[in-house]
Amino acid sequence: MFARGIKRKCFDGEEDIEGTLAGFKAIPSYNLKRQSLLDMSLIKLQLCHMLVEPNLCRSVLIANTARQIQEEMTQDGTWQVINAQNTGQASLDQLASSDILCRSTKEQSDGKLIPSYSSFSKDFEDIQSQDIISDLSTVTSVQASRNPQGNVWEMENSPENRGNFQKSLDQIFGTLENKNPNSVEDLFSDVDNSYYDLDTVLTGTMSNTKMGHCDVLESFSSQTTTNSNINELDHIILHF
Amino acid sequence: DIISTVEFNHSGELLATGDKGGRVVIFQQEQENKTQTHSRGEYNVYSTFQSHEPEFDYLKSLEIEEKINKIRWLPQKNAAQFLLSTNDKTIKLWKISERDKRPEGYNLKEEDGRYRDPTTVTTLRVPVFRPMDLMVEASPRRIFANAHTYHINSISINSDYETYLSADDLRINLWHLEITDRSFNIVDIKPANMEELTEVITAAEFHPNSCNTFVYSSSKGTIRLCDMRASALCDRHSKLFEEPEDPSNRSFFSEIISSISDVKFSHSGRYMMTRDYLSVKIWDLNMENRPVETYQVHEYLRSKLCSLYENDCIFDKFECCWNGSDSVVMTGSYNNFFRMFDRNTKRDITLEASRENNKPRTVLKPRKVCASGKRKKDEISVDSLDFNKKILHTAWHPKENIIAVATTNNLYIFQDKVN
Repeated sequence: MFARGIKRKCFDGEEDIEGTLAGFKAIPSYNLKRQSLLDMSLIKLQLCHMLVEPNLCRSVLIANTARQIQEEMTQDGTWQVINAQNTGQASLDQLASSDILCRSTKEQSDGKLIPSYSSFSKDFEDIQSQDIISDLSTVTSVQASRNPQGNVWEMENSPENRGNFQKSLDQIFGTLENKNPNSVEDLFSDVDNSYYDLDTVLTGTMSNTKMGHCDVLESFSSQTTTNSNINELDHIILHF
Repeated sequence: DIISTVEFNHSGELLATGDKGGRVVIFQQEQENKTQTHSRGEYNVYSTFQSHEPEFDYLKSLEIEEKINKIRWLPQKNAAQFLLSTNDKTIKLWKISERDKRPEGYNLKEEDGRYRDPTTVTTLRVPVFRPMDLMVEASPRRIFANAHTYHINSISINSDYETYLSADDLRINLWHLEITDRSFNIVDIKPANMEELTEVITAAEFHPNSCNTFVYSSSKGTIRLCDMRASALCDRHSKLFEEPEDPSNRSFFSEIISSISDVKFSHSGRYMMTRDYLSVKIWDLNMENRPVETYQVHEYLRSKLCSLYENDCIFDKFECCWNGSDSVVMTGSYNNFFRMFDRNTKRDITLEASRENNKPRTVLKPRKVCASGKRKKDEISVDSLDFNKKILHTAWHPKENIIAVATTNNLYIFQDKVN
């Protein structure tokens, strides 16, 4: 599984070339590393949920780490910066939402569709209910309407994102709870939500940019990170 | 199979190991040879039995692993030995007894068990016990099941020798050894809304002398001491042990590496030891705000935390143990290394448990990891450490300097040189 020695990645080592450039490139490098750490954490959580019974301690620690990163990113405005770059792509959002349902997984790996952090954990919920269609639909189910253009969206996004992200992480644990249903209602509560979302997507009533967060990852993430996220999603979809 | 727990009994004569396949193997120390005063008895296999089997929870569609998470011995009260073994969900009390005699001379049965024709019985005799080859039998005496929703990580026998606790990620239950259909919940940290969960229980232990006191550690690096006399549900701690974080060492991994993987009281009951990812800390029960001693196990890993997070090694749960006099503590590391810290002399040593590097009956050579810079001869650089070879479980004989060290598949027993 794991060869002798470890590949050094992320924050490891002092021989980071980018870090030696005085300040100029240091900050984006830190951001990039932080982003990849966040991606890694989310992938781990995703893999956790693909196991039949996740290790609760490990899940809690990873989720706390991801939450910390997200909070720091929100605090130093990185989250806002990311969103600002993507106001122009708002029009793609609506296309994307229905596209998900139609595209093959191969096309998806081209990097157009990446689940946002906020809907990420909802994917977990649906994976557990073994409803792949709803898995796709939740990408569009990010709450609240928002103005896709300009500054208003920027400002609204930041607390929204934080709220949604928090909610996503919360839902991860909500799903852990639901894994042990105490009643029949619990068993079906997840399924109900997803069907609702599927309906709204298909009837096109949710026309707002629920895909807004996809843009976040599209442009900011490195290509490899993007692909790995997509590949994970592919893996889930293929399971159907 | 992969060893998952190691434990000496109270006299040190027996050593039990549990493995991933649900088996328990007990080793017994040979009686000291009077002619060979320079070595203590060797440990040989005494008994092997299947403690837990894999189970399937049909309601949740989950398989329950048979891996033995912990073994704890009861103090010996009669000829038989008793131990508790647990997997993720069920605790079992096993009786291990010896049989070295068997009755012979039945009236109605032949020696092989066949019934005799009653008409051939002309005289009556009293059956007598005759010696036979030693047979060690293990039989389950109690099964404590269905009390844990989450995975059991600890069991601990109370000093009253009548009760014990079992802890899972979110709850701790109190049992009576005689009663299997009931247990009392004494700690419950499950939030009403699971979405608010940020902390889990990682280990728990009863105080060795005070039967009302126990501690439990958390994934956030805190230890709570609880007094069962205060209330039935000990959600409110009597003492909270936590060291404030060093701001210069803060990183995204700070919480993960502060998560406590093991907590053990000293034999005296005055101190307790905790193991987190990089260090071992000794706490005085009278001082909550910081440990009295801290020992770095493998500080050279601090700069590698991101890689260790990526390959999941950062979640490895190392155990720790005290020697019989509480003067030395021991814990495991990677590359089949294990470390000992002498609390009095403040000296520490790194040793390796491997067959290639150590012939039997030779003195172990101290090892050294080169953190940075030029590697000296015989030193190992951090990058060539094998992170698959981890020593998670170690145990120290309660009275003598004999230690048991478990690598992934093998058990090593070392003893100090007796002059």
